[in-house]
Amino acid sequence: MTASVTHSRVAITDDAAAMVRQLTAQHGPLMFHQSGGCCDGSSPMCFPLGMFITGPGDVLLGTVDAGLDDPIEVYMSAAQFEYWKFTHLTIDIVTGRGAGFSVEAPTGMRFLIRSRMLTDDEVEHFGLLTPPAVA
Amino acid sequence: MTIVEDDVQTGEAQGPAVYAAPGQQGSVATYRSRYGHYIGGEVVDPVKGQYFENITPVTGKPFCEVGRGTSEDIDRAVETAWKAFESWKHTSPTERANILNRIADRIEANLEQIAVAETWENGKPVRETLAADIPLAADHFRYFAGVLRAQEGSLSQLDGDTVAYHFHEPLGVVGQIIPWNFPILMATWKLAPALAAGNCVVLKPAEQTPASILLLMELIGDLIPAGVVNVVNGFGIEAGAPLAQHPRIRKVAFTGETTTGRLIMQYASQNLIPVTLELGGKSPNVFFEDVARDTGDSYYDKALEGFTLFALNNGEVCTCPSRALIQGSIYDQLLGDGLERVGKITQGNPLDPTTMIGAQASNDQLEKILSYIDIGKEGGAKLLTGGERVDLGGELSGGYYVAPTVFEGTNDMRIFQEEIFGPVLSVTRFTDFDDAISIANDTLYGLGAGVWSRSGDIAYRAGRAIEAGRVWTNTYHQYPAHAAFGGYKQSGIGRENHLKMLEHYQQTKNLLVSYAEGPMGFF
Repeated sequence: MTASVTHSRVAITDDAAAMVRQLTAQHGPLMFHQSGGCCDGSSPMCFPLGMFITGPGDVLLGTVDAGLDDPIEVYMSAAQFEYWKFTHLTIDIVTGRGAGFSVEAPTGMRFLIRSRMLTDDEVEHFGLLTPPAVA
Repeated sequence: MTIVEDDVQTGEAQGPAVYAAPGQQGSVATYRSRYGHYIGGEVVDPVKGQYFENITPVTGKPFCEVGRGTSEDIDRAVETAWKAFESWKHTSPTERANILNRIADRIEANLEQIAVAETWENGKPVRETLAADIPLAADHFRYFAGVLRAQEGSLSQLDGDTVAYHFHEPLGVVGQIIPWNFPILMATWKLAPALAAGNCVVLKPAEQTPASILLLMELIGDLIPAGVVNVVNGFGIEAGAPLAQHPRIRKVAFTGETTTGRLIMQYASQNLIPVTLELGGKSPNVFFEDVARDTGDSYYDKALEGFTLFALNNGEVCTCPSRALIQGSIYDQLLGDGLERVGKITQGNPLDPTTMIGAQASNDQLEKILSYIDIGKEGGAKLLTGGERVDLGGELSGGYYVAPTVFEGTNDMRIFQEEIFGPVLSVTRFTDFDDAISIANDTLYGLGAGVWSRSGDIAYRAGRAIEAGRVWTNTYHQYPAHAAFGGYKQSGIGRENHLKMLEHYQQTKNLLVSYAEGPMGFF
């Protein structure tokens, strides 16, 4: 856990964090699930806790601090993670009108993922330098 | 049908040089300034009285307001639909088929109007709505009118005195959630089989494209008994989710992305109802070396069009051939010729019939595509052409235009794995047949694929080896009714455009009848 203070796969911009605070006041505690596929695929979906059931098929990428009491969890399906594991994700927000059931849509804003490749240091930290050990 | 056959490529035979925008003098299409919901055969205000702005991606400016539905509106629509079902379920296949045929006739009679309206709302080139979206919509209604008339129940003779009869019965009221990339055609893919089967529908269009379907309902509404089709607009969280989890819905159909697809299955598990899902893909378009055996013939010309079809519908297609896999021996030749063809794509006002690529459907879609272009660059892919937002000047400056973009890279890169849903092609090479299939199948999805070869043997074996529900062979992006369309792997559940989808909207009623004169003898 201490390592995650300096190494994280996910981050959030100030504007997106402000939106999360606004939406939390309306909907209660929130989480993100990164989508894939058609249309609004590849967009982060923001749901009230409990609305979307995560399970063994999901990976908790990490949490982001939106200035609330609790950190916000960010998930992705395990299958998708296999292709995204070398990527650092930052949750941003832009003007738009996402489909799906993400809670920000009525505000006229849409959460969006900004990406960068993990640094060498991060790759090492997350154990991605060599083929994954057999579980 | 193809665009070329329909002579829309030149556009010269299709009326004015550039269609006037809806709202301007002389436009063939007119939107109202405000739309409510369409419930019970009439336009009604949202229960909470709220509306949201509807933006045209052509200019980035709002052009009408649309009802912002909530669970109260969904409740009202579901209740209305169930009332209508009482009589609709007793209609004969003949009556329903006749209604579907009349809908098709009405669409055809208003083709230009609907096509221009669709382009204005979605941003796609009008030559595509004129030649593909709207004619296909009419044809899908006719197809389901036809298969309904031809469909028969069955009977099984169990023994000399016992017979099992199988009847098709409608499910009841179904919920349908429509995407924004083909607002009218995707609605039709779902509406036509549902109505043919005798169901009533509550339909939630995408919030990016809420009005064109209402314009269509104004045109065809009088042909359908009141309450059989109900349209409630609004945001996913406020109207889509209440529809998907409504306890009185008997089935949900959805086209969109995987997280919402899972959420819809999750709701369906609460209500123990079936779902059909179409969740997209990252479709490989595979070019074997014999494609370039002759680079001067019409086959090669066709293959180069196939390479370039990633730009159809601005790349906003679930089956966009967004990964081109080219055999190493012809890689430089085909890629060079392909890029030359891409360079001939005309980008411009979507209402100009000569425009080949128009505007992306929304600002957030534009932003997402641009972010993926950054991901491509940062991930080590080589940008070969495009890669930027385009400013078309004047009124169009506020619109959402992206240059057709081609990257070269390897299949493990994110731009090869994630559906960008824009005019972005990722190209890589393969060594031999097995390598081609391995790369083609190295994806989470399996909706569409393309195979190009002059050898029937190679094409057949590749088509069978690729894990996708639709493998276009020496063609791409044709969507006729009567060819099953749907996904393998994470691309979804169910097959649209086909008799199979009629069955997805039907219950099977088995009457097991004994004609024996005496008891079975147990008691």
